[in-house]
Amino acid sequence: MAFDDLRELYQEVILDHGKHPRNFRHPPEANRQARGDNPMCGDKITVYLTLAPSPSGEDVVADAAFEGRGCAISQASASLMTEMVRGKTVAQVRALFENFHDMCTKDDALHGDHGDVDEDAMDRLQVLSGVRQFPMRVKCATLAWHTLIAAVDGGAKTSTE
Amino acid sequence: MTTYALHQAPAPASDRTGFDIAAVRRDFPILRERVHGKPLVYLDSGASAQKPRPVLEAMRHFYEHDYANVHRGVHLLSARATDLFEQARETVRRFINADSADEIVFTRNATESINLVAASWGGTFLRAGDEVVLSAMEHHANIVPWQLLRDHLGIVLRIVPIDDAGTLDMDAYRDLLGPRTRLVAISHMSNVLGTINPAAEIISMAHSRGIPVLLDGCQAITHLPVDVQALDVDFYVFSAHKLYGPTGIGILYGKSRLLSQMPPYQGGGDMIASVSFEKTTYKEPPHRFEAGTPAIAEAIGLAAAIDYVTGLGFDAIGAHEADLLAYATTRLQTVPGLHIVGTSPHKGAIVSFTMDSAHPHDIGTIIDRAGIAVRAGHHCAQPLMERYNVAATCRASFGLYNCRDEVDALVAALMTVQEIFG
Repeated sequence: MAFDDLRELYQEVILDHGKHPRNFRHPPEANRQARGDNPMCGDKITVYLTLAPSPSGEDVVADAAFEGRGCAISQASASLMTEMVRGKTVAQVRALFENFHDMCTKDDALHGDHGDVDEDAMDRLQVLSGVRQFPMRVKCATLAWHTLIAAVDGGAKTSTE
Repeated sequence: MTTYALHQAPAPASDRTGFDIAAVRRDFPILRERVHGKPLVYLDSGASAQKPRPVLEAMRHFYEHDYANVHRGVHLLSARATDLFEQARETVRRFINADSADEIVFTRNATESINLVAASWGGTFLRAGDEVVLSAMEHHANIVPWQLLRDHLGIVLRIVPIDDAGTLDMDAYRDLLGPRTRLVAISHMSNVLGTINPAAEIISMAHSRGIPVLLDGCQAITHLPVDVQALDVDFYVFSAHKLYGPTGIGILYGKSRLLSQMPPYQGGGDMIASVSFEKTTYKEPPHRFEAGTPAIAEAIGLAAAIDYVTGLGFDAIGAHEADLLAYATTRLQTVPGLHIVGTSPHKGAIVSFTMDSAHPHDIGTIIDRAGIAVRAGHHCAQPLMERYNVAATCRASFGLYNCRDEVDALVAALMTVQEIFG
């Protein structure tokens, strides 16, 4: 029934993060940032990353934050994302993005192998998998993540189009 | 989820204005469609209206019996197709009371009509520093073509502000009309706010300074009678698909005096008098502006749509839609945390709104599952969204086939939104 899909989409975690987004701030020490726009709906987001070299020499996300406005899905996705990527290497962030993207767009059987991925993080991100039943809303969930990757890549303006 | 009265009871035989809404609804086959298992409640006619059977049948009949290219060939079907195509032009002329059918140019849509005026008229008569006056409530289609011209020629765009209710500031408008103003291009009715602008006053103030006026009639044309001669408007544009006609065809009305001074917009077949590699001469308007094979069946579909609408009459349509607008405005205000954007006293049947608890896209998704189609987004009017400091709104836009039960269904679904997001 249609309403079950809605419950699946608007789970408590989504509503909570949508209403009270975590890491909704602009850290002055951030050294990477990127802006994302969804021209279809007018949603805008800026992702701020503070990357720091780890003992192994690889860059690690010391802090992740965002500002912007959008629907519950986009705000919750951004909020959860900032929690999930902290402490991860850039390679781990990319792997997480690829897995998340698969989760939002493909049936489970079609998910690719994107390397070393944090299974706990993916478990927590499962709350967003409901968007797969709402093709018009997938971009709401992925905008923050595309913007994250743009920030990792050096910071630029990105768009879901 | 809530069940609505609509799901059990058939539409009433007639509404409170005496309009036979049940009969009208039977004319629109798509209204029997179910969406997510629910009866379709289509409240997105401002984006594009549904089509009555006479429009569908006219196009089908044309393809099955009369189809050929127009203005070419001596064979019977070509003659029939040409006659029907030019009859459609005459139907449009009569509908907006133009002086001559030669003042009716077929385009792809209103957007192309505005681009045609900007490129042909603007490109010929405007110079750097000349001013074009727009309003704060314009659709992107009546902003971007002028911006392209600004970038190309160095013209200046001046914007008439609106008040919080969404009413045009006529004092500011008067002050913006200056010695460099060359054109006023303003929406006749806002696609977001529903505001119906005082067209006659806008035009007479501009004309007193010798300034021509273009009205974007995309929304107005479906809700009120338009008489281009009574308005004395210089250019009037609209699309067929919002007027219960097909996509792919729009209208540019232009006064003969203006059209005859304008160079072609596109080159090709059907718009030339003679062609040689040294020199080509062009046909007179409107054919000068209709290069290539036009949307023939669509013109015939548009004529059928106009016949349908005029058969019902704007008195009846207007009364029915005024009733719906008043009912929707009252009922929507019972939803906690709902704010109507656009409360001008002179409005057509469009209600934009926001809710404190939910973003328009979340609202749109949730009520879609109840079978209700509304637009959620910036409505191609981002400067207007900035004016109200919102990223987006939801918009319920009513057509002549909507009924009070559908307003009730919308309100019930919005209560569900409120429950989820509360």
